[in-house]
Amino acid sequence: MTDPTGLLGLLLEPLQFDFMVRALLATVVAAVVCALLSCWLVLIGWSLMGDAVSHAVLPGVVLAYIVGAPFAVGALVFGFLAVALIGVVRDTSRVKEDAAIGIVFTTLFSLGLVLVSVTPSQTDLSHIVFGNVLGIGTGDLLQIVLLGGVAAAVLLVKRRDLTLFAFDPTHAHAIGLSPRVLGAVLLGVLALTSVVALQTVGVILVVAMLIIPGATAYLLTDRFTSMLVIAPSIAAVSAVVGIYASYFLDVAPGGMVVLAQGGVFAMVFLASPRHGVLVAAIRRRSRRRAAGRTAVSP
Amino acid sequence: MTTHTERARTAGSTALDLRGVTVRYGDVVALDGVDLAIAPGRICGLVGMNGSGKSTLVKTVMGLVTPDEGTVSVGALTPTAALTPTAALTPTAARKRGLVGYVPQNEDIDGAFPVSVADVVMMGRYGRMGFTRRPRPADHAAVAEALERVELTDLARRQIGSLSGGQRKRAFVARGIAQGADILLLDEPFAGVDKRSEATISRLLRELADDGRTVVVSTHDLRALPALCDEAVLLLRRVLAHGDPLDVLRPERLAAAFGLDVLAEGDRDD
Ligand SMILES: Nc1ncnc2c1ncn2[C@@H]1O[C@H](COP(=O)(O)OP(=O)(O)OP(=O)(O)O)[C@@H](O)[C@H]1O
Ligand SMILES: [Mg+2]
Repeated sequence: MTDPTGLLGLLLEPLQFDFMVRALLATVVAAVVCALLSCWLVLIGWSLMGDAVSHAVLPGVVLAYIVGAPFAVGALVFGFLAVALIGVVRDTSRVKEDAAIGIVFTTLFSLGLVLVSVTPSQTDLSHIVFGNVLGIGTGDLLQIVLLGGVAAAVLLVKRRDLTLFAFDPTHAHAIGLSPRVLGAVLLGVLALTSVVALQTVGVILVVAMLIIPGATAYLLTDRFTSMLVIAPSIAAVSAVVGIYASYFLDVAPGGMVVLAQGGVFAMVFLASPRHGVLVAAIRRRSRRRAAGRTAVSP
Repeated sequence: MTTHTERARTAGSTALDLRGVTVRYGDVVALDGVDLAIAPGRICGLVGMNGSGKSTLVKTVMGLVTPDEGTVSVGALTPTAALTPTAALTPTAARKRGLVGYVPQNEDIDGAFPVSVADVVMMGRYGRMGFTRRPRPADHAAVAEALERVELTDLARRQIGSLSGGQRKRAFVARGIAQGADILLLDEPFAGVDKRSEATISRLLRELADDGRTVVVSTHDLRALPALCDEAVLLLRRVLAHGDPLDVLRPERLAAAFGLDVLAEGDRDD
């Protein structure tokens, strides 16, 4: 029935390969979960923390691989270790937080790189760093869906508490909630999400998926609930566009997905009806022109 | 110990009771053996110069600051049975029961945060909601009522940062009301607030006190104090005076508390 040379045919072509279907699914799941989390990270100002934890889980993942434990366990341990170490360095020395974050996560990441280089299957290094979305097996996909599902469920079920924590932790404390626990929940989800996204776009680009969708949605709406819809939608579309583009142009899929997200951000940054730079400039100019006209006319 | 504190303690009903509370921030002594009890259903004004420890006292009652010495207990009272206190609670236990509401001095909140005024007021209800904090009709009703009482109904859907300073203060007062707290602590709610907002908040505090709630309000507006409060506390790390507002505001007391009098300087131990 369908014309194999038409648009539909073109869209269906990559799907005849199982690995492409898996890549597509894995990337969409990872992107959506990252995007959900990014809404909070962007608002709390934890983007750098996202960067740190997503890098710091590397040694945990490698160690888990070596001893044959689930990746998620290793990632969680090292995610929290990173946060704890950052806190210790920041609070017990005169080093400021941004420097503390920079020191801790690069050191842990390096530890991960060294561990990778001494483990037998050396080929994995570039896969971990840059992702290996086309090589995702059924087992990997299952793990991504499972961990991603857990992360998304926690975020959605606890979304009101987490938003309160992001907005006003003092009030959370005042009504008997524990800001400490809520912060830990968010960091735990961050570590989980890092593992999920690691396999698709790689450690280096995880942080992009943890920031860009939330930041984009933030420019589009003044309602947090809407952000939670907009960010994952943008991320899912970008994931599909990126994977297809990488197939047809034969370029790196991870890079292409993030490039698509960055492209959407750029468009919104310029043209968002609410907070767009271009729109604001045009508005300013037309206002100035109107003001000039009234000034000239007697 | 001062008369109002004694009176509340002998009557056996205290909404708040601080005994020998000392708070230090490193080398700075912010509170030095504060002894203070407040009876339920009263509006208590907290006055003193900048740095005299007003915010610290409020934060100590909230459990945001832990005293180095002394104890804080919060009476577990219900507005309907204000005069039959059950066991006194620690600040933590009181918080868990949603007994104390808090309107901070500087809401150091992100003005651009994408939440509406109604969302913020709803956050006052979270302590009473289930695991997912899904609002029920009663919660929506409480929010609507609180907004109406602070005269913000028309602005309910506005983003919180788009309100003026005074309107925002009222929004946070509404959050305390929606919380249904028996004890409301307000840290300088009148700072940067115009006469109309001030009148709205003052009238509201009176209504709350008439309901049997206890209100502690720190302020620099000494002139408005007698009309606003049932009693006043003059603070300078310690309680210098606690009693009827007019009595507490006697010039020689103020001179001591605000350091206007050179002689009074000798009294200060810094
Ligand atoms: N977090 C802190 N760390 C160190 N010192 C503090 C801290 N908070 C308050 N202080 C000090 O404790 C003392 C009491 O401060 P507090 O904020 O309680 O005063 P206040 O009466 O509320 O003043 P204001 O009228 O300016 O609001 C001051 O000397 C202040 O510098
Ligand atoms: Mg203060």
